[in-house]
Amino acid sequence: MSRLRRAAGRIWRVASIPLLAIILAFIVAAVVIVVSSVFTSTGLDVFLPLGAYGSLLAGAFGSGTGISNTLVAAAPLILGGLAVGLGFKAGLFNIGVAGQFLVGAFAAAVVGARLAGAPGVIAAPVALIAGALGGAAFGFIPGFLKARTGAHEVVTTIMLNNAAVLLLTWAVNDLVRAPGFSFPRTGDLGHSALPILLGRNVHLGIPIAVLAVFSVRWLLDRTTNGFEIRTVGQIFITTLTMTLSGLLAGVAGAIQMLGVIGFYAPGITASVGFDSIAVALLGRSDPIGILFAAILFGAFRAGAPLMQIETSVPVEIIDIIQALVILFLAADLIVRRVFRVRAAKPVISELATVTRTWAGGAPPGGGA
Amino acid sequence: MTDQPPVLEMRGIMKLFPTGTLANDAIDLALRPGEIHALLGENGAGKSTLMNILYGLVTPDAGEIRIDGQPVTIHDPADAIARGIGMVHQHFMLVPVLSVAENVVLGDEIVRAGQILDLGEGARRIKLLAQKLGFEIDPSTRVDQLSVGQQQRVEILKAIYRNARILVLDEPTAVLTPQETREIFEVLRRLRGEGASIIFISHKLDEVLEIADRITVIRRGKVVGSRRPSETNENELAELMVGRAVSLRVDRGRSHPGEAMLEVRGLRARNDRGHDVLQGVDLSVRAGEILGIAGVAGNGQEELVEALIGLRKPTAGTIRLAGHDLTHALVDERRDRGMAFVPADRHKYGLVLTYPLDDNLALTRYGDPPFAGGFAGIIRNFKAITANAIRLMKEFDIRAPDPKTPAGTLSGGNQQKVVVAREFRHDLRLLVLDQPTRGLDVGSIEFIHKQVIGRRDDGAAVLLISAELDEVLDLSDRVLVMFRGQIVGTFPAEEAQREKVGLLMATGGARA
Repeated sequence: MSRLRRAAGRIWRVASIPLLAIILAFIVAAVVIVVSSVFTSTGLDVFLPLGAYGSLLAGAFGSGTGISNTLVAAAPLILGGLAVGLGFKAGLFNIGVAGQFLVGAFAAAVVGARLAGAPGVIAAPVALIAGALGGAAFGFIPGFLKARTGAHEVVTTIMLNNAAVLLLTWAVNDLVRAPGFSFPRTGDLGHSALPILLGRNVHLGIPIAVLAVFSVRWLLDRTTNGFEIRTVGQIFITTLTMTLSGLLAGVAGAIQMLGVIGFYAPGITASVGFDSIAVALLGRSDPIGILFAAILFGAFRAGAPLMQIETSVPVEIIDIIQALVILFLAADLIVRRVFRVRAAKPVISELATVTRTWAGGAPPGGGA
Repeated sequence: MTDQPPVLEMRGIMKLFPTGTLANDAIDLALRPGEIHALLGENGAGKSTLMNILYGLVTPDAGEIRIDGQPVTIHDPADAIARGIGMVHQHFMLVPVLSVAENVVLGDEIVRAGQILDLGEGARRIKLLAQKLGFEIDPSTRVDQLSVGQQQRVEILKAIYRNARILVLDEPTAVLTPQETREIFEVLRRLRGEGASIIFISHKLDEVLEIADRITVIRRGKVVGSRRPSETNENELAELMVGRAVSLRVDRGRSHPGEAMLEVRGLRARNDRGHDVLQGVDLSVRAGEILGIAGVAGNGQEELVEALIGLRKPTAGTIRLAGHDLTHALVDERRDRGMAFVPADRHKYGLVLTYPLDDNLALTRYGDPPFAGGFAGIIRNFKAITANAIRLMKEFDIRAPDPKTPAGTLSGGNQQKVVVAREFRHDLRLLVLDQPTRGLDVGSIEFIHKQVIGRRDDGAAVLLISAELDEVLDLSDRVLVMFRGQIVGTFPAEEAQREKVGLLMATGGARA
């Protein structure tokens, strides 16, 4: 009993601020919804937020389709969140998940299209691994640069994001453009597509993402390598962490490609990359926390269309809620004041990573 | 002077922390105008809690605070400042990238025409204040370019600038060199001359006897005695503090040195700024011997330690341990060869404060059996890690609720015991001690000194570097004096008198 209570206390200590930040975000977004309702044809509607949130919930969890959509949307966010969170654990801020995601997606698409005719048991795993390796290679670059030259990963990963978009656009236009389509894209995946396990769209990538949660958790908590990632910032570890982070982002791209999108074309969205940062912050870099945070963000994406159809509240309100969540996480003093929370520890260490890596700047071993 | 009514009175202050620690148990304290009142006690005795209550950082459970005879309630530091209380924390609260003037005026800026900051006026006032206190400071210097001693003076200026009449200094000398300590004492005496009342928290007996007008000793949250320096001595104060008779001098016993364990030849290294600070150091430490290095801070001791343990690349020379050349070896390799290290800055180099005790106690060997095993030897064995912690906690008397307690929550003495317990392995060949007892109370110092002698008697070679000359002289079987990156003298213990060594430290001996 006391054990149970201690465990509950521990969970509350780490999860209270994120949970309350979410609640507060919903409340503030409700005000936005009410105010904006003034400008619509229906006029002021104080109860509109209740209806909208109800539809959001119904859209995300109210039906089998809703739940599948939530899971499908959550899967890449889980992997992306793990990628960012792993970096945070090592004091690195990987903003490059977007680029690593695209490289992973592209590699999976190209290899997948090549193997379209091969048996699925071979084609799908090989394409998936190609995506993972692509992401890892793209994560290795900033890791290596940081370790060797001290180049700050925030700067290099942001630039590499742009490099990825442009490079891949060129590649799909001039190198791997599949014939027979009216616009530049890679070929059909055929047997390389991830098998659908349930319903219309619950693909194999979802269990892979969940498996990754427990693998990363095991790595961090149980192995000496994980201990090193958490403890030391030496050269080898920095490179390793960024490579692993890129690998996870690459897998995110690959499952999205092989399970949902189906082909690579310029202009493919990499919003997963930036939502992943939010997911990692909300999950406080803890793999299990990231799992829940990703499901929440997935639910937003899956439920929003129904909300718009039923209540005319635009899907963009989701972006507002997400932004507010992060805002309140960063300014957790607001959350504390509103809900009078005292127990939880201040300063989310992940955010400290973001700021400290700029101000402090001293590489390990440097300084007096 | 003694008959004047106290400026500050604290009566029956009680504080029980949620963890069950009774930090303050009916403490009475009276501070008279123009006196330096020392608050003496071991780490964790409750001195800091009492002062945090005074400064409005901690709310007492019971008790009364009176200023100038009037009962007051202090809700927060702003309240305390408004009532003329200033506090200089042990860890400075300065913004490193701002200038001295900006730091001092921060929160109390002089503005003209509504919103325009008048830094010039602030700087002028600061210069005046500094002159009054007997030192020079350039208000436009960035704080991160000041030495620790100068930063502390900025902290004092900050308090005085806000018209503090009651100044609290929490362990002000813990981070200072002996020279800086003398300087800060001079500043404090001037302040007293200006009519300020000062509470001086410390656990260093000699300092307290030198500077204080009155000494109040606290043990386990209670006042156990109050003395004037003229009526007491170090032994009595130590006994009051610890609650039992403490031997302030170490009984070193006889050493039985064996063959040379560590041999350093012609070692040269540069500091972070690229200056040659080690200029050909030769030394050897024999098994079963404690070699002390005396020297004024900044004569290359820090770089010597870093070169020995593998954190700094030597530019020339050799380091051999038990016959193996380790000049360019990695830290891991040196450890495998039996080298261990107790750093001067336990927070930065000795511990991971957010990690539990058990991880910290295995921090240098987390990847070796029995702490890791299984597939490719990368699976951590938590049973072994916890068992190791329980054993060491007992052996080294580390006081903590359980092995999962975060290291950062322990008192300084207990933290240092964690580092010592981890580093003092049984298969030790060379023990490098860099200020092993800095900031510790007498009880912990006694314990650690005994452990050092124990390891020496087991046959380890010990290299001791300390800014406390007394520690070097007390503990060492042989004393080397370091001056401008070179060894300028060697004394066997029986010939190492304070004056002789001190003179050589200061002048380098001019090579007679």
